[in-house]
Amino acid sequence: MTTVDKPTAPLVVGRDRPVRRELGVANTLSHGFLLLWGLLTVLPLLWMFISSFKTNGEILADPWGLPGALHLDNWARAWTSAHIGRYFLNSLVVVAGSVSLTMLMGATAAYVFARYEFRGRQVVYYLFVGGLMFPVFLALVPLFFVVRNVGLFNTWLGLILVYAAYSLPFTVFFLTAFFRTLPTSVAEAALVDGCGHFRLFFRVMLPMARPGLISVAIFNFLSHWNQFLLPQVLLQGDESKWMLAQGLFALSVSQGYAGDYARLFAGLSIAVLPVLAVYVAFQRQVQAGLTAGQLK
Amino acid sequence: MKHGKWPLIGTFLVPPVLLYVFFVVSPYLQAFQISTTDWLGYSAEANPVGLANFKTLWHDDYVWNALKNNVILLALVPVLTIVLGLFFATMLAMGGRKGSAGVTGVRGGALYRTVYFFPQVLSVVIIALLWKEVYHPNQGLLTSALHGLGLSAPTWLGDPATAFWCVLAVMVWSNVGFYVVLFGAAMSAVPREIYEAVLLDGASRFTTLRRVTLPLLWDTVQVAWVYLAIFALDGFILVQLMTNGGPNFSTDVIGVRMYDTAFGSETKFGYASAIGVVMFFLTLSVAVLSLRIGRRERIEYA
Repeated sequence: MTTVDKPTAPLVVGRDRPVRRELGVANTLSHGFLLLWGLLTVLPLLWMFISSFKTNGEILADPWGLPGALHLDNWARAWTSAHIGRYFLNSLVVVAGSVSLTMLMGATAAYVFARYEFRGRQVVYYLFVGGLMFPVFLALVPLFFVVRNVGLFNTWLGLILVYAAYSLPFTVFFLTAFFRTLPTSVAEAALVDGCGHFRLFFRVMLPMARPGLISVAIFNFLSHWNQFLLPQVLLQGDESKWMLAQGLFALSVSQGYAGDYARLFAGLSIAVLPVLAVYVAFQRQVQAGLTAGQLK
Repeated sequence: MKHGKWPLIGTFLVPPVLLYVFFVVSPYLQAFQISTTDWLGYSAEANPVGLANFKTLWHDDYVWNALKNNVILLALVPVLTIVLGLFFATMLAMGGRKGSAGVTGVRGGALYRTVYFFPQVLSVVIIALLWKEVYHPNQGLLTSALHGLGLSAPTWLGDPATAFWCVLAVMVWSNVGFYVVLFGAAMSAVPREIYEAVLLDGASRFTTLRRVTLPLLWDTVQVAWVYLAIFALDGFILVQLMTNGGPNFSTDVIGVRMYDTAFGSETKFGYASAIGVVMFFLTLSVAVLSLRIGRRERIEYA
């Protein structure tokens, strides 16, 4: 422990008042700073939402103003003419696949690491967890060829497998720790009662591990949904297969020529809404999952 | 748990191991090998050239320029983010000290934390594209605000003098909220009596932060430092989408160099892998160094 350098002053009751006044000022001050950063965080997002309802003319003439009327046609244009709707659904399909696969493989592997003794267990476990420390960009170039050589370049299946593979280190790391915390007595009782190993896992252990599984699934959902680098490298061809992030990037580039700012803001809003919805609904799990999993 | 465990271990472990080795382990290993060839990717020929790529790298001014930018980011982004994160986390945890009533969290703390965390859940792509519009030289949020106040505004991302700082600001902006939550969680583990004792001793907020909170949170701060250092050495997506390294290479970072070398007009995969390998060792040494330098005695709450 550190020592406090000032000598301890005896607490005098009469001193209470000025102290309180000083603290009042400090409270206002701290609220001021907190509020300022809150505004700084929210303002760009709010601006994006508001601008998505304005006409291009309004955006150009008065960036800070409110829309004269709610121009929902911007959203319609982004959804259809900029194909954000299609990219959105593409992302949904791929992320549904990759999160399911990640969870299935991550949970089964973690369960084995946590619950079974066998030779070489440590080695395989560290092989997985070691992946947490390596930056993705180093693998980028060879990964491109690995995926191309097995005929998965420009396919969703390729993306799903790659997302899952790169999410395994964190998923296994987190879930192994989680399975270890579950009581062994339940498992032993089930085995004594003649329950098989597979049934034990699916009927007893998985339901018990639900809170941990949910945290990791949300974490994986966010990171797969927000993925940009992997699709950019592995899904270069056919535009109709693109992920949302790629579509937004293309929209931003084309916006430079078309000058359709409202459509860009609407496209961005469409991409932000589901993520914010998931976040607000699962706040606590998201914050816990992300603070535990930032090692990515 | 002895009978029949092998079928389960086999079915549960083999598929994930295969997937992982094939898509993760093998590319990493190949990267090192490719970095010693002159491979141009799409051609079949790849001649071993030893360390020639690394020699070229050493004399490559573009790489040095990008590295210089990464070093500036490395020096500034972690410090700014951690200081702001600690500051806001302290405010939230102890902003509401009420004289002799003790130390309490500020009102609406949960709401602040929720809002601050927003950028963390958003895709980097969205952050980059949104801020690109915020910095827009005509109808961007910033420019029009300055114009509204009767001031002139720089061209932000269009000017080599300001572009780099604009990108840096976005990096800090997008990270602070996460560290407020991280530090806040660490602070809630500190026994409240410590703060109350300090308060009774008449220590100011700043003294409290510097002499009590910071030492108690040292482990967490160190972890934050490593995360942020890795982030600052990467910075790839944000830069690529906001400025693509320009104008005039003022915002270039090594990640962008590598990506352009591999997937740009020339597909110099061998050379790009060499840049990747250098980045890998840089990241690793920064992580190890910051863990070493920051090592202190562990504090345990009795």
